[in-house]
Amino acid sequence: MKRLATYREIILAAIIAVMVIGISIVAPAFGTRDTFVAVLNDTAFLFMMALAQMIVILTRGIDLSVAANLALTGMLTAMVAEHHPDLPIIVFVVLSTVIGLGLGLINGGLVAALQIPPIVVTLGTLAVFRGMIVVIGGGAQVDGANMGANFQLLPKLTVFGLSSIFWIAVLIAVACWLFLTRTRPGRGLYAVGCNPVAARYCGIDLGRQQLIAYAISGAVAGLSGYLWVARYGVAYVEIATGYELTVIAACVIGGVSIGGGVGSVAGTLLGALFIGLIVNALPVMQVSPFWQMAISGAVILLAVIINARAEARPDKLILPRARREAARVGA
Amino acid sequence: MRVCSGFDAALIRPAGHLLPFTREKENTPLFHLNRPLMPSDPVLTLAGISKSFPGVRALSDVGFSLYPGQVTALIGENGAGKSTIVKTLTGIYLPDEGSLTVGQEAKHFSSPRDAWAAGIAAIHQETVMFDELTVAENIFTGHMPGGTLIDWAEARRRTAALLKRIDADFKPETKLKRLSVAQQHMVEIARALSHEAKVIIMDEPTAALSSHEIQELFRIVDQLKAEGHAILFISHKFDEIFRVSDRWVCLRDGEKVGEGLTRDVREPDLVRLMVGRPVDQIFPKRALTIGETVLEVEGLSNATEFEDIGFTLRRREILGFYGLVGAGRSEVMQCLFGMSRPTRGRVTLEGRPFVAKAPADAIAAGIAYVPEDRQHQGAVLPLGIRENTTLASLGAHVRYGFLSRNSERAATRMLGTRLAVKAAHWEQRLGELSGGNQQKVVIAKWLATKPKVVILDEPTKGIDVGSKAAVHDFIGELAEDGLAVILVSSELPEVMGLADRIIVMHEGQMVTAVTRGGPGWSAEAIVAAATGADHQAVAA
Repeated sequence: MKRLATYREIILAAIIAVMVIGISIVAPAFGTRDTFVAVLNDTAFLFMMALAQMIVILTRGIDLSVAANLALTGMLTAMVAEHHPDLPIIVFVVLSTVIGLGLGLINGGLVAALQIPPIVVTLGTLAVFRGMIVVIGGGAQVDGANMGANFQLLPKLTVFGLSSIFWIAVLIAVACWLFLTRTRPGRGLYAVGCNPVAARYCGIDLGRQQLIAYAISGAVAGLSGYLWVARYGVAYVEIATGYELTVIAACVIGGVSIGGGVGSVAGTLLGALFIGLIVNALPVMQVSPFWQMAISGAVILLAVIINARAEARPDKLILPRARREAARVGA
Repeated sequence: MRVCSGFDAALIRPAGHLLPFTREKENTPLFHLNRPLMPSDPVLTLAGISKSFPGVRALSDVGFSLYPGQVTALIGENGAGKSTIVKTLTGIYLPDEGSLTVGQEAKHFSSPRDAWAAGIAAIHQETVMFDELTVAENIFTGHMPGGTLIDWAEARRRTAALLKRIDADFKPETKLKRLSVAQQHMVEIARALSHEAKVIIMDEPTAALSSHEIQELFRIVDQLKAEGHAILFISHKFDEIFRVSDRWVCLRDGEKVGEGLTRDVREPDLVRLMVGRPVDQIFPKRALTIGETVLEVEGLSNATEFEDIGFTLRRREILGFYGLVGAGRSEVMQCLFGMSRPTRGRVTLEGRPFVAKAPADAIAAGIAYVPEDRQHQGAVLPLGIRENTTLASLGAHVRYGFLSRNSERAATRMLGTRLAVKAAHWEQRLGELSGGNQQKVVIAKWLATKPKVVILDEPTKGIDVGSKAAVHDFIGELAEDGLAVILVSSELPEVMGLADRIIVMHEGQMVTAVTRGGPGWSAEAIVAAATGADHQAVAA
């Protein structure tokens, strides 16, 4: 796994490098330090949410509810801020993480205990979470002016010109890497994803692993919810609508196998960076906004095809080989 | 061709242990009704068929013929090459050498479609059809009547006619999932007939059927015979072979070791042909002093798979479990390992009552289980050798809350070297290794849990000869090191060569237990017990 992944990551990194150079030649304004800082800041949400999504996908699952979780948690946290604007930042951080974790546990519980297909469970909770925002907020939005200064302070902090959101993503990346490579449950995620039956024989409980994965996904989505609302200064029903698809696309581009068991932190980060670059470069290259979505979609598809080719193994089945031999004998 | 000639069944029959089928029973007119005395020209002839897989020679120069209106039984132990023959005949494998003649024509199957076109159809142990589709759709999938649009009325009409022909009492519109296994077999037979199949292969068709359903199947077999079809019948059960077949062909280790008319042969002859070689010479058994009792099992039962299993296992002992595929051996082991819960019974481990709710409990208590299906249950192919080796014992490598790579590497190196795993480096993906080396890593994984009891379920299934010998050697070593070993195997030479005692299972029950050198310790007696010949004979 290691070697294949690294190989794939090097290719992806090379593609990204070529892309950056190419875009910088076409649009010199792109090749500046400020642009890169802006891309990294802008992609910070995608970094952390793609990592969390990868953990779910490793177990052969998928979490479609992350964007809805983000929006619901963002709304709840913003409403708390509205009533208690003087609470310290850490309270919002912990509160949003805990709310998100709770929502993630609902997903994990349904998937693990009832063994309902994750795509069905999270499609359902996606709608429920979005619906809850309307119910609790009455469809109204919470404006930045009502959230208080503390609430909105965190995203404005920068270190080396990079926003705190980016640095939080870095922390999450390090934590994910440690979790996946240096802990028992982390190793268990790969095992259940690669071969759930063999994992069961090794005493690794599939349900427990699923619960852990969805809990992490939920917690990261919740934290992102607070950061998102604080950064953009507004909470309403539709924030980050459809964002889950971008998150999943980042994973797929980063070499995470939808079939489970394959994926790495580095690959996922590169996948997210790839999307971040495309999304930021197209306007700079003066591509019509009408085309931007279609083009980024096509590029994503291309990346997926390349990935699928890389993943294809020499066929184990005797049949195709027999056919080839027959063709050779016949020729 | 090697055929045991001048061989007296009575001489090798252990006293009262193996009663051959009586000729009277065999000669009842019912079975001879449609049997032509002189075989006509063969419909299908295999000649000099050889097939090798990496490290294994699955078939070597096998040749035989199938005749119209006759049932030929293909017999042999597991791994003798029966399924390779079936796959060759159905166009799934292309043989390395040899020829296949259908009628007068030399044929070359490069896909299952070619086999269908040549009039060869197979009915498998487990049906391979579409649950959600109707009987008619299942029968005509791939060759629907009609042109651009499917002529459903015609499909239904022809299905009804086919079902009537085999006396099936269900409708063309019924969904397949509503039918019993036996009825699904009938659909498969109807599908074969719809292709105008001249040759019908039945690969252990009775494995999942009740005795009543088996009778029904035999009735159809007799009818197909009467209609002039050639049938290749594969079964482990001698009573069935004697009931339906006219001829037999016996394979052993990929070679044909005999063939003839069923009415001229007796069961012990076939058993002896199947088993063949003297086993004691292949496996030098280590002389060990067997220690104290480690595991005690009493009256272990579950609802469907096995009943009233009881045995004791001691240190430095190798206890063999022999039986046919489906005898319930693996199910007993999975139950001991906490994969399933027993309905009844008591397990005592080192003098204390032991209940495994999940595999983790069994691992913690010191039971290791190397499962039967390496690809699906044992190896995690996309992960590396190190990750596989430590997967069941990760707890031992945690330092300050995190897994220690160094500790993992040390354990992998130690076990990998001990088992002589051949790999480029210890981080290599398991999928890149040969089957034998994969199996060594799987065994290493279980040894890493520092078990007291090791259960090995078909540990040498599908691996090359060299790795096989290494695994055998290693099993002996385990016992020497003071472990208690349970060896589940369908290969008699392996069990007889390694085990101190053998428990024989048949249809979920312990039929007999024999001790090395004691009464009943003979290949013939053990195979007879496993095939249920004892039961049959006693009941008769």
